[in-house]
Order: sequence, then C-alpha cells, then structure tokens
Amino acid sequence: MNNLFSAATIFGIIGMAIRLAMPYLYAGLGELFNQTAGCFNLGVEGIMMMGAFSAFYVVYQTGNLFLGIAAAAVIGLFMGLIMSLISVTFKAAQGISGIGLTMFGVGLSSLLFKTLLQGTVKSVAGFAPLKIPILGDIPFIGETFFQNNLMVYLAYCLIPVCSVVLYKTTLGLKIRSVGQNPQAADTLGVSVIKIRYLCVCIGGVLAGIAGATFSIANINMFQEKMTNGTGYIAVALVYFSGWKPKGVLFGALLFSFVNALQLRMQVLGINIPSDVAMMLPYILTIITLVFVQSRDAPAALSVPYERSEN
Amino acid sequence: MLLKIRSFMQKTFDAILPIFATLLALIIGIFMLKSLGKNPLDAYQALFEGAFGSQRAIIQTVIKATPLLLVGIGVCIAFRGGVVNIGGEGQIIMGALASAAVALYLPIPSRLIMIPLCLLTAMAAGAVWGGIPGFLKARMGVNEILTTVMMNSIAVYFSNFLLRGPMIDPHEIEMGTRAAQTAQMPEYTWLTRLAPPTQLNTGTILAVILAFFAFVLLWRTTIGYRIRAVGFNSAASKYAGIKVPIYQAMAMILSGAFSGLAGGIELFGVQHRVLENISANYGFNGIVTALFGNLHPIGTIPAAVLFGGLMVGGNKMQRSVQVHSAFIDTLLGLVVLFVVAAKIFSTNRSKRRAKNE
Repeated sequence: MNNLFSAATIFGIIGMAIRLAMPYLYAGLGELFNQTAGCFNLGVEGIMMMGAFSAFYVVYQTGNLFLGIAAAAVIGLFMGLIMSLISVTFKAAQGISGIGLTMFGVGLSSLLFKTLLQGTVKSVAGFAPLKIPILGDIPFIGETFFQNNLMVYLAYCLIPVCSVVLYKTTLGLKIRSVGQNPQAADTLGVSVIKIRYLCVCIGGVLAGIAGATFSIANINMFQEKMTNGTGYIAVALVYFSGWKPKGVLFGALLFSFVNALQLRMQVLGINIPSDVAMMLPYILTIITLVFVQSRDAPAALSVPYERSEN
Repeated sequence: MLLKIRSFMQKTFDAILPIFATLLALIIGIFMLKSLGKNPLDAYQALFEGAFGSQRAIIQTVIKATPLLLVGIGVCIAFRGGVVNIGGEGQIIMGALASAAVALYLPIPSRLIMIPLCLLTAMAAGAVWGGIPGFLKARMGVNEILTTVMMNSIAVYFSNFLLRGPMIDPHEIEMGTRAAQTAQMPEYTWLTRLAPPTQLNTGTILAVILAFFAFVLLWRTTIGYRIRAVGFNSAASKYAGIKVPIYQAMAMILSGAFSGLAGGIELFGVQHRVLENISANYGFNGIVTALFGNLHPIGTIPAAVLFGGLMVGGNKMQRSVQVHSAFIDTLLGLVVLFVVAAKIFSTNRSKRRAKNE
C-alpha cells in the first residue's frame, strides 16, 4: 500500500501540506504588510522563536491556548516595535538589523528555555482538530480539508482579510503609497512614520503567532531553533508572491507541499538520504528568488524614509 | 589642516559609537540577568574572568578570535562593496569539507605542498559558496541576504549528509558508534601549534596578516577602490565606467574566500577533523565583529578579540553561575541592533558639520 500514487498517500501529503502552510501564511502575510509599506523585516525568524516559546510557556503554565496565542502576539508586537524603532526612527540598514533581531530572538528563546524549563523538552495539549460538520465526513476530502485545528482555518481566513485591507480600504491605499512613493504620500498628509510603525507591528504580531503555531498548534512542544529557517523562507515567499496576498497563499502551499513531500519520502522509504531531502525547500527558495519578477516590488522597499529639508 | 582634524574627529566618533552600543547591550543584560534571578555582578565577573582572567583564558580567546577575524574581514569586504554576506556559516562548512576531502584523499605526505593546497582549497570552496549568491545578485538582482541564508541551511544538510555517509570516519563504522565526523586529518596537514598543549596555531598569525592584506587591498589598490566605489554609490560608479556587477560579485567571492579559510584554519589548526558543528556560530558572530570594527579590517582585529572573549567567557559563565551561554547570543543580537541604529548619530553629525561650513 506504500505506493506514492495511491489516493491515501496523495491526500495524506496534501493534508500535511495544508497544515504545514500555516506558519508560512501567518509570517508571510505579516511580512507582506512590512514590505508593502517599504520595510524589509528580516527579524521574522527571531520573532517566531520568541512567539513559539512564549506561547508554549503560557500554555504550559495555564493550559489556556488562547492566552498562549495572545502572549505570542504581544511578544511579536513588542519585537515589531523594536524593529520599527530601529529601522524607521533610527533609519538603520534593514537587512542587517533584521539579522540582529533574529540573533536576539533565537538567543533569548534558548536562554529562557534553558532557564525557565531547565532545557527539558515537554509537551502540552495544543489545538485539537476541529471537524466541520457534514463537510468533514466526505471521504478523503473531508479528512484533508475540514478536519484541521482552529489556527489552520484562521490562517486561510486571513488571506481575504489582508486582501481587503490592502486593496479595498483607505488604510491599504496609504500603506501601498508609503511603500511606493513615501515623498508623495508625505506631501498628501499621510504620516509615513506612523504607517510604517503600524505595518512593522502588524508583521510582528503575525510572526509571533506564526511561531506559536509551531509550539501549540502543530507539534505541541518546544525545542531550540525549532522554526529552522521558516522565517527566512517566509520573507523569500513575499518576493515570490509578487507582493499580493493571493501569491502568498500560492507560495505557502508550494513550500509546504515540498516540505510534506520531503517528509513523506523518508517514511515511504524512497531512496534519498534524509539530509539531501531536507535541502529541497532551501534550494527551492533560491530557485524561486531567481525566477521571481521583482518589477512588482514596492519602489521604496528597504529604503528608510527621510524628509528632504530645504 | 582643519579638514584633517575634522576627519580625524569624525573617525574617532565613529570608532567610539560601537563601544557605547556594546555597553548599552551589557547594561540591558544586567536587567535580563536580574529578571532571570541571577546576580549580574557574579555573571559578568565570571564572563570577564573566563575571557581574559588568566593566560589560559586569553589563549582560548585568541583561538576563538581567529575564525571571527577571518569571517569579519570577509564581511567588511562585502559590506564595502555594498553587498551583505550572511553566509559565513555555510562558507565555513564548505571550506572545511572541501579541504578535508583534499587532505584525506590526496596522499602527498609533504607539509610544504599540502598545507598551502588545503588552505587554498578551503578558500576556493568558500569563494564558490559565496560566489553563487554574488553571481545571482550581480546578474539577476537576486537579494543576496536571502540567498546566503539559504546557502547556510543547504551547507548544514550537505555536511550532515557527508559526515553520516560518504565521509564518515571508517573507524566509527567499525566501532558501531557512527558519530557524525570525518577521520582525523593526516598529521602533515596540521598547522603548527604555537604554545602546546593549547590549540593556539599559526592560523592566528595568518589571519592577522590577512587583515592588513585586506586593508591594503581595499584602500591601496584599484580593485579595492572600485569595490568601495560600487558600495558607496553604485549609480555614480556605473556612470564612471566601473562594471558594477563584476565588483559586487567579486566582493562576495572574496568575502566567501575569507570565511572558507576560517573553516580551513579551524579544521587544520584546532579540530583536526570535521565535526557536525564546526561553524559554531562564527558565521553570525563574525558579522557582529565586523560591525564593531566599523567595517574596517584592522578595526576587526580588536573586535575579534573582544567577541572571541565573550564566546569563551560565556562558557565559563554557564559553568560557574549557571547562566546559559545563549545569553551571549542574545547580547550579540542587541549589539548588532544598537550598532546599526547608532549609525544615525554619525550621519547626523557629519551632516551638521557640512551644513555649518
């Protein structure tokens, strides 16, 4: 029965991909807000690790999952504030400050893990699968699409929400104008600084939640460096998306599908060493970056805004 | 004359900023330690003693400073060329793996041939690993920060694959322990130890010489001038007839070569075999080192000693006051954030001066 092309295997891989897309979606949509406003936040990985730890720790202490998500969101907001302070107010080079934020977040999450949990891997009861009535009973399809946990459904619901916010509201117009031409936006009375702070903070909150999905909505335990580069891939994914929410969905599914396939290949005993299979998502990222059309990029991406005097 | 004094003052101001940034990080560290219920004074004392408290500690610090310095020089060259090389980790790993392959499978038992050959191989492998993102950046405008990060992950898995499979120590298979490491390098490829029984080796001297070499390269040669021109203002450089993509790629290739050499020196000078964690975060900490040294190869020398000291002292701190060494990683992250944020003071200062003219 261990045939790669049997219905059970195919639906198994698709189902896994749908779950694994969750962190890419949260972090990717968050980074989309960042970049649409012209900020390149490479600290996503660090924010995710802090989100993963704080959510896990709160759930471990209280057993309340929503409190865990809230904790991750607050930590994400806080780290978003740090990032915006440094890249918007202090106008620092954004790529390198993101690396700094990642080093800080990954380091602090390890430090807290070693200190507060004595470095032992524990598990908690995370979000349980939620079966949608009737739809969930359809064979294969129900199991694949309609028996996931709440955070998975929320991740997919977030895409139309982001679409509407970015393309159908005044706020979205302001965000896009700040990313395309901050000088013009400023002349028209849009506060470039405020919009950028807002977007980097939204990005931070979503990255924090993305981290939380690792520790309380997927494998339900905390390990050091458990996000394993997902944050960086999420940043790359925004390039791949052509800076559109729909593109983020497509990219997230592509990456999670490759990830699921890679994990399944090991189970199915296909004769590729697991370490080689593990490289696939990263190689895919480079390939997608090469073929992406960067003409859609926000014109002021990663350029700190400076009001010209005189 | 006045202009010379001005420029000197500006340089001094720029050199002091990172020190303030580091002090600020250490101060925030005090609050972090307090909130974790540790005594900050004890922790910092252990940190300092572990780093510089005894002759043995200082030697350990210098050993750790060597790869930091090499990676840092590479980061300087890349930054000066207007590209960012986050790929130090991967370049170290590839440098170590490639030179290990040469040392293990090329039986020429001559130090005179093998040591230069091995170190050059390490540089070449690092150059290739840094050159791929460099090429993609130069030819197709692919964001080099993201590609170098991805190249790091690819290198880690590639190394795991080799160390568990084709390059595993045959002895480990016989014993059945299967630890993921290569066989020991043949003795004729080892770098000379300067103060046995410590691991201090000639690689350190080579690294310092190369720091001066990089300074000369960047500030006294045409190639270096062009690399800096491209980094300073690529549009103007293009207008002046400099082939911008070539010099961007070259900056990445050189940068990768230095990181690759760091891997080679760590291998032939210290470890004598490739282990799973041979890059030991040098790739990222080298970025902090370069930033602290104001992206100047010579400034990177004291910076490497400082951060090498923090890495060594962090272990001592973990042993004696039970503050996990991840604390150092956290501090280094803060240093990066503060140093890049502090740049604005330098820019504002020079602007103000220019306005007052």
